[in-house]
Amino acid sequence: MSTRVARVSDRPGQDAIAGKGWFAAHKWLLLRRVSQLGILALFMVSPWFAVWISQGKASPASGLTDPLLTNTGNLFSSLGAPETIPPSSTDLFWIIKGNLSSSLVLDFVPLTDPYLFLQMLAAGFWPATTAVIGALILVIFYSLVGGRVFCSWVCPVNMVTDAASWTRRRLGIKSSHAPHANTRYWFLAGTFVVAALTGTLAMEWVNPVSITHRGLFFGMGAGLWFIVALFLYDSFVATRGWCGHLCPMGAFYSLLNKTALLRVAAPRRDACNDCMDCFAICPEPQVIRPALKKAGQDSPVILDSRCTTCGRCIDICSKQVFRLTHRFDQRSSS
Amino acid sequence: MNAAKPAAHPRSPEKPPVSPGRRKFLSGMAGAAGGGCLMAMGVGIYSRQASALPALALRPPGALPEPEFLAACTRCGLCVRDCPPGILKLAAPGNPVPTGTPYFTARTGPCEMCQDIPCVKNCPTGALDTELDDINKSRMGVAVLVDQETCLAFLGLRCEICYNACPVIGKAITLEKRHNPRSDRHAMLLPTVHSEHCTGCGLCEKSCILEETAIRILPPALAQGKIGEHYLKGWEERGKHGKSLIGEQLEFEVRGLEGKRFGDTRVHDEAPTHTDPAVNLADPPPFDPALINGSHSESTP
Repeated sequence: MSTRVARVSDRPGQDAIAGKGWFAAHKWLLLRRVSQLGILALFMVSPWFAVWISQGKASPASGLTDPLLTNTGNLFSSLGAPETIPPSSTDLFWIIKGNLSSSLVLDFVPLTDPYLFLQMLAAGFWPATTAVIGALILVIFYSLVGGRVFCSWVCPVNMVTDAASWTRRRLGIKSSHAPHANTRYWFLAGTFVVAALTGTLAMEWVNPVSITHRGLFFGMGAGLWFIVALFLYDSFVATRGWCGHLCPMGAFYSLLNKTALLRVAAPRRDACNDCMDCFAICPEPQVIRPALKKAGQDSPVILDSRCTTCGRCIDICSKQVFRLTHRFDQRSSS
Repeated sequence: MNAAKPAAHPRSPEKPPVSPGRRKFLSGMAGAAGGGCLMAMGVGIYSRQASALPALALRPPGALPEPEFLAACTRCGLCVRDCPPGILKLAAPGNPVPTGTPYFTARTGPCEMCQDIPCVKNCPTGALDTELDDINKSRMGVAVLVDQETCLAFLGLRCEICYNACPVIGKAITLEKRHNPRSDRHAMLLPTVHSEHCTGCGLCEKSCILEETAIRILPPALAQGKIGEHYLKGWEERGKHGKSLIGEQLEFEVRGLEGKRFGDTRVHDEAPTHTDPAVNLADPPPFDPALINGSHSESTP
């Protein structure tokens, strides 16, 4: 690993920016940020609108069916409370309600994280039908589109670890004490074992992904330190340490990635000038070589299930080697 | 953790390493396995230690018993979003409540007992029982009058706020009339919780006018005793069967109490007709100290 790190650029993408312009060299990155922030916004847009609509208007406290309760409530709970009560979240129409663990889309379609669903089964609990349907929907979706699309297009922690990778490149930090990249699969298996042993969803006590997403909408608390710790770990200790080596959720979604239809391919691989920029920017650099250099496969499609389909290699390549395509696209210049 | 690189090993010329690639693979796998399992073990231990629910944190209506709840709740917050008074919260990391799980605190925000129970309707896993159709059947905890020394009713003052705030009024909390021994001419109306009706909503705790509440919602496991299952209450069994299960009992005359009913130990006929110990304390009947040998001695005139 150290030999390769020595060869790659600290500022990959200069050739691409010079050749295609800044926006074209960041197209997929920007689209991903729009997706990540847009999904966060969808979880929040209803209360934002409601606050905007009800500004200045006092909305009565709802849900109190017994006038006696309303009286005691007013008598004892509203003393010193502000005049305007924020609109109750129950009066709103939500586009997506909940968080990445479970949610309800348009008050109708249930979604449940399949990783969490399996932990529930491991813990010895068979959930209600809603969760079964919700998990099935996501399993089908991610199996078709690609499991690790979750990592690069949905997961909020991706922005933190991308920032850490950027910091690492900018500061020229070469040393890395990353654990073996398969640690995550053992960790994944381990989370099911501890779920079974404790009879709880044990990983949820510490899962930075759900802690971050939940924290943004329900109160971050000390979860902020999880994020800071991840950033520092990825920046100064291990290259792509969390997402690329440890995260059991990423490991789980990479298992759903084996049937992904949406794939990055290197159809113009004969144009590659070995600048190594794609290796420098890729969050899972080991996935590129088989497709780009025909190492062990003839297909130009990146078939490794750890590829997150983030598209940064497409952005960064000044020779237009890569493109986003489907799994069965065998077009290749060589 | 960094076991990906094989350990440096002195190579002897006559015995070359059999397969460096295989060794690297195996040591890498061992490192990954060790690291992954170590992390999972840490997660397991931490989650065990951090899974105790503080006594004052209450689960939403219809919540499964706590051990099942921690296997079932995805921590998605749909119940929080659907709670009209907005009293439910998801525990943030650092909060003593298990991370991400919903709870409320009765003193600051009690359950308002919505008749349609919207918080349970969208629970995807059944961690909250979506079949719960009557909020009066929910059991979020049980109210306990924890401090008789500060409760105004026990001081002989009129308060009854908790009684009036109770949504199951007249059933979950009743007012028990007692003679006030201090004034000797008033009644005390003592709030008394009946666990078979108490939902644990916490409106009584919220309404208590003391600086620190004298009535609290506690988890039933902390608040309630449990009588041995072999225990039969003789007076209930006698009612059920129409006669005593152990046959008629011999009644012995007690010397000095001849002519009294069995069990009636009053020495004087003019003694008070009620048997309330609180009243007897302040208004002790004249008695022979030799008979009751020392008890109640502090109230002897």
